Amino acid sequence: MELVYFLIETIVKVGLVFGVLMGCVAYLTLAERKILGRIQVRYGPNRVWPFGLGQPIADGIKAFFKEDVIPAKADKPLFVIAPMISITAAISLFAVIPFGGVIEFFGREVSLVIAKLDIGLLYVFAIASLGEYGVVLGGWSSYNKYGLMGALRAAAQMISYELALALSVMGVLMIAGTLNLVEIVQQQAGWHWNAFYHFQFFPFIFYLICGLAEINRTPFDMPEAEAELACGFNIEYSSMKFALFFMAEYAHLVAVCAIATTLFLGGWDGPFNLPPYLSWIWFVAKTGILVYFFIWQRGTFPRLRYDQIMRFGWKFLLPLTLANIFGTGLYMVLTG
Amino acid sequence: MVISLLTGIWWFIRGIGLLVASVFALLKGLRLTFTKFFSRPVTIQYPEKKREVSPRWRGIHYFERDCVACGLCVAICPSQCIRLVAVEQDDGERYPETYEINTVRCIYCGMCAEACPVNAIKLGRNYEFVDYQREALVLDKERLLANAPEEV
Repeated sequence: MELVYFLIETIVKVGLVFGVLMGCVAYLTLAERKILGRIQVRYGPNRVWPFGLGQPIADGIKAFFKEDVIPAKADKPLFVIAPMISITAAISLFAVIPFGGVIEFFGREVSLVIAKLDIGLLYVFAIASLGEYGVVLGGWSSYNKYGLMGALRAAAQMISYELALALSVMGVLMIAGTLNLVEIVQQQAGWHWNAFYHFQFFPFIFYLICGLAEINRTPFDMPEAEAELACGFNIEYSSMKFALFFMAEYAHLVAVCAIATTLFLGGWDGPFNLPPYLSWIWFVAKTGILVYFFIWQRGTFPRLRYDQIMRFGWKFLLPLTLANIFGTGLYMVLTG
Repeated sequence: MVISLLTGIWWFIRGIGLLVASVFALLKGLRLTFTKFFSRPVTIQYPEKKREVSPRWRGIHYFERDCVACGLCVAICPSQCIRLVAVEQDDGERYPETYEINTVRCIYCGMCAEACPVNAIKLGRNYEFVDYQREALVLDKERLLANAPEEV
């Protein structure tokens, strides 16, 4: 009987997270266009329903009914699988991210996380690097020189920045002493947020920068680079496949922000204590602020050159994240 | 040895200074976009709101009064988009049997209005003139008369 309850609980949580995530992704496309519009002193989309709220639905319908073109010389199985890999990897990340405390539900303790993995963070990094395959294979299999260049750049850039990304959270791991994301959040309860309490502010910044590079957002959107590569890795994609890549990008964006919130900003811990069944509000608010920052900086910074990105990753971020590990170790020894 | 050490320290400090300066530059950019985010968009929401055109705007043509079919506009029109068939009455007065302006070819230079000796043809201020067929964009005499603004 316990197993049945567990199954029901997990299925409900999976459905909930999936639904909310897809809703967020859909409306994030609108939010991004609106915020970018406002930054450029114009209105964003505002034709479909009041404030353009129907725009994601209209876009979805449009993408769904478009012709699905597969290039004649494309590697067909890989071409079809690539967007699926992207979206699957992006969504699977949310399996271990805790979005709230433990609540009582019909006399049963339900913690607001799908899977309390002991290797949560390792899982996150493993799945996040799987997501690269979507981009790389998608660009490679489409038999297009721009797609191939985008895929090459994606491979080089994402692998370089993954290193710095993983190193930037090492400080948090050392302090927490666990890979379990739920425990990491619990240790930060009561304002002991890693970003401010344990001198992990700079790693937080490094994490955000590497996260930007990981999800190929604007200052680092080398694989896409509209101006040079005419859309890069997804150049040959149309219809729902393109939409899947698009959704994967936004899901990944939310994932990066959610992980940053979990690791550095204390997850569901907030300035004042909400009852456990409302604790997700803090999590959503912090993640939302980070997402806003990601869109805001997209409206501000131009794209870097490819060699600048690589130099920045290897010669600046990597040494500094290594130094941070050293510094955190020193801090731990000194404070016990 | 000491000198090289000092140079190293100098370059280190200089590097940190450059880093701080560049971070400030980035923050400055973020501040600008943040203030713009809260400013009013300058877009004119076109179908609902229309922009006022200049009083000298050259839009769609109209007849302010009856044409005397002198043919000066036909002669001066650089894109040769005016077709005029003049008829002379028994009393010597001329009138246009057909007067057509092909607005697809017209470049809205306003020369016809300048050349007209009786100020019959004028260019109005209406710029919303579209159709699905080209034939509908050829203005004949009746439509030119109908195009005249109300206040004239």
